Amino acid sequence: MLEPRDAQDLRQLVADAAGGGGKLELVGGGTRRGFGAPREASPVSLAAIAGVVDYDPAELVLTVRPGTPLADVEELVAGEGQMLAFEPWGKSGATIGGAVAAGVAGSRRVTAGSARDHLLGFSAISGRGEAFVAGAKVVKNVTGYDLPKLMAGSWGRLGAMTELTLKVLPAPRLTVTLAATGLSPAAAHAAMACALGSNAEVSAAAHLRRGITLLRVAGFAPSVEARCLALPGLLGSHCTLRRMDKAEADPLWREAMSGEALAGGVRWQVHLPPRQAPALVERLAPLGADWAMDWGGGRVWVALDGHDDQVRAEAQRLGGEAALVGAPEAMRAAVPAMHPRATGVVALEQRVRRAFDPAGVFASGRFAEDAHADQLPA
Amino acid sequence: MSIVMPAPDPETLAKRERIIAAMRAIVPGEGVITEPHELRPWESDGLTAYRQPPMLVVLPETVEQVSAVLRWCHDEGVKVVPRGSGTSLSGGALPLADAVLLGLGKFKRVVDIDYDDRVAVVQPGVTNLAITQAVEARGFYYAPDPSSQIACSIGGNVAENSGGVHCLKYGLTTNNVLGVELVLMDGEIVRLGGRHLDPAGLDLLGVIVGSEGLLGVVTEVTVRILPRPETARAALVGFPDAEQAGACVAQVIAEGIIPAGMEMMDRPAIHAAEAFVQVGYPLDVGALLIVEVDGPGAECDHLIGEIARIADANGAVTTRISGSEAERIAFWAGRKAAFPAVGRISPDYYCMDGTIPRRRLPDVLRRMDELSGHYGLGVANVFHAGDGNLHPLILYDANNPGELDRAEAFGNDILRLCVEVGGVLTGEHGVGIEKRDLMPEMFTEADLKQQQRIKCAFDPDLLLNPGKVFPTLHRCAELGRMHVHHGALPHPELERF
Repeated sequence: MLEPRDAQDLRQLVADAAGGGGKLELVGGGTRRGFGAPREASPVSLAAIAGVVDYDPAELVLTVRPGTPLADVEELVAGEGQMLAFEPWGKSGATIGGAVAAGVAGSRRVTAGSARDHLLGFSAISGRGEAFVAGAKVVKNVTGYDLPKLMAGSWGRLGAMTELTLKVLPAPRLTVTLAATGLSPAAAHAAMACALGSNAEVSAAAHLRRGITLLRVAGFAPSVEARCLALPGLLGSHCTLRRMDKAEADPLWREAMSGEALAGGVRWQVHLPPRQAPALVERLAPLGADWAMDWGGGRVWVALDGHDDQVRAEAQRLGGEAALVGAPEAMRAAVPAMHPRATGVVALEQRVRRAFDPAGVFASGRFAEDAHADQLPA
Repeated sequence: MSIVMPAPDPETLAKRERIIAAMRAIVPGEGVITEPHELRPWESDGLTAYRQPPMLVVLPETVEQVSAVLRWCHDEGVKVVPRGSGTSLSGGALPLADAVLLGLGKFKRVVDIDYDDRVAVVQPGVTNLAITQAVEARGFYYAPDPSSQIACSIGGNVAENSGGVHCLKYGLTTNNVLGVELVLMDGEIVRLGGRHLDPAGLDLLGVIVGSEGLLGVVTEVTVRILPRPETARAALVGFPDAEQAGACVAQVIAEGIIPAGMEMMDRPAIHAAEAFVQVGYPLDVGALLIVEVDGPGAECDHLIGEIARIADANGAVTTRISGSEAERIAFWAGRKAAFPAVGRISPDYYCMDGTIPRRRLPDVLRRMDELSGHYGLGVANVFHAGDGNLHPLILYDANNPGELDRAEAFGNDILRLCVEVGGVLTGEHGVGIEKRDLMPEMFTEADLKQQQRIKCAFDPDLLLNPGKVFPTLHRCAELGRMHVHHGALPHPELERF
């Protein structure tokens, strides 16, 4: 594992690779390396490029280096009564750079946005071995192309970030989970859609296969109490809500946002129009799938062994898409991690990748479209 | 009038008749405008100091027509300037003498509304406000609310990544768009995103939003709609000076409150607004804050009390809390009329749009005052205080020789000041032509080249909306050059563009 000490070191390393036909795989905490095909590239750890550069709570802006552990960042902002509103989650050792590069978001994403919505600016080394910046260190900015959107969720294929500027927000003073039990997938979806579409301002909504539906109500105490009182009336009598204490609710939310607890060796993350979530799980459950719904049904984690084509095909049929997030190595080598896109979009992505990385330094072979990238016409 | 647009291409001008014939073959009937007196209304957008009649105007009605127009222009090397409603304040839709102006105004249809999934699919010519009007009967609305929302189109909002007074809490356009249908300069139609969150692959949608019409022409937009908050309340608070008002804003946020809107006006803006709409703004204060909270009644009642307490602790000399919807609207009336109000006290005004770190506000206002003295031009300030987005209005009279140039120079100095204190050139109006030549104040050559390589990935012949955003348009082949290290070019067999 290559371990550059600082941004200058990293720049040199990338420039050398670009000049010499080398391939690099950028690694944060290494907690999500099971996503994608086996690589043919030298891993580069960004762990040493770490630390807080600037944090001004009153400006709602935090600048950190990519190797900073996610847990440290969350502890820092929590100390000021703030949060990363996109609720990034990860295993122990996950870094902020990795979470943003992977576009990770938790249950709050449905109302607060994803990593893309909170990355205000960055410094990076492009695949040309050049340092550049984009975005800015203020919360409102439209100067130049919004490259932070491109960088979030790019899985380190455009450049190596050396600094990230994130928008932080006040953490809610009180968070309450209201839970219903025994709802069918269709009834749970209806309850979540009703809650998210009401002015009771539910910030997250999830449903677990064993029949637990979770609604999160967060904010200032008087408001939370009023909304918790209003919700049962909005949802109707067939849905009985009980207040769940934090110790019981937190692990359930973690299950819903990470899909970690699902039973099965092959795991998928399906993004689809929320109204299609019940149809998806009703189709896959008879095949033996385990599943969990987050984002009011807009994200469904699925674990299903032995029906490799089925999940992606069903997701596609329902207007959504499926990412292969966990599988044995042989399957990951054969099945693309990301849902295939239309030809025109693939070509456009290819040209955009080349705009950052003309020599394919970061085309590590992790993603199927990278392997064939250089055969596409320019 | 210091901004120079690219010189018209004589070859293109010489084949105007052929271009007109080709456009008429694609868009029959009234959709092609060519007569000089009919081109006049299209000669500028919201940045009215700059005017240029287009070579011709094409108003397609279908995506197939948009695609055919772009493909023909691409093959013939003819430039195209896309236009929504023409309300851009940065000259984003300023025509070129040798370009087709492609108006999307006929794309007026709301295609679909899905209340369960909380999305609306609309054509780009639908106005921002019309989206809200289409869904409000069911208790929903579209959150971004630029001040021109009655006229500006959602396609233009996507191009400019428009904001509004509520964007600290609800985000800009980019945070509220799920997908687009986009036509590339070569006529190819692609769909980015859709009706679900976080699609696979690179976030191309994220870079399309705010790309100022340089990357593609949007022909359909899928937006998120939100449940209308149950209620809203506002506080109108006067302070002796901007420093105390700024401290109040900082403490509101430090106490964990993200108001739906938090606006500041300085003394000249307060006086102009009050003279215009007479809503009872205090005239003996140096700065006025409007703080609005929205949500459940219990939340608004609680927070408005907290805000009054914080205002008091920061030296407020007058505090009024809205007791009715009529009173809340009256608080806003002056702020919403601030631009026309300033238009009454000065023959012309020039609206700026920088963002600064909020803590630098007193310093920036003081130095703006010095600049005002230096240039001999007045300035009134309205300010999205929550997110640090300044709108200084520079007062001038275009009939006085040299005053427009002085106003522009003053404006440029203000934007340089914004960058110097850690801010940016534009918070929501876009770069367009207006701030194009200031881009190097904020970005290095390497930064700008990296951005322009994105342009090359979408439009390698630089035919779409040229002359905007980038101070220098490098040829894409030149930008594609690699530094050769140790004499070895990777993949020498590959064509580089």
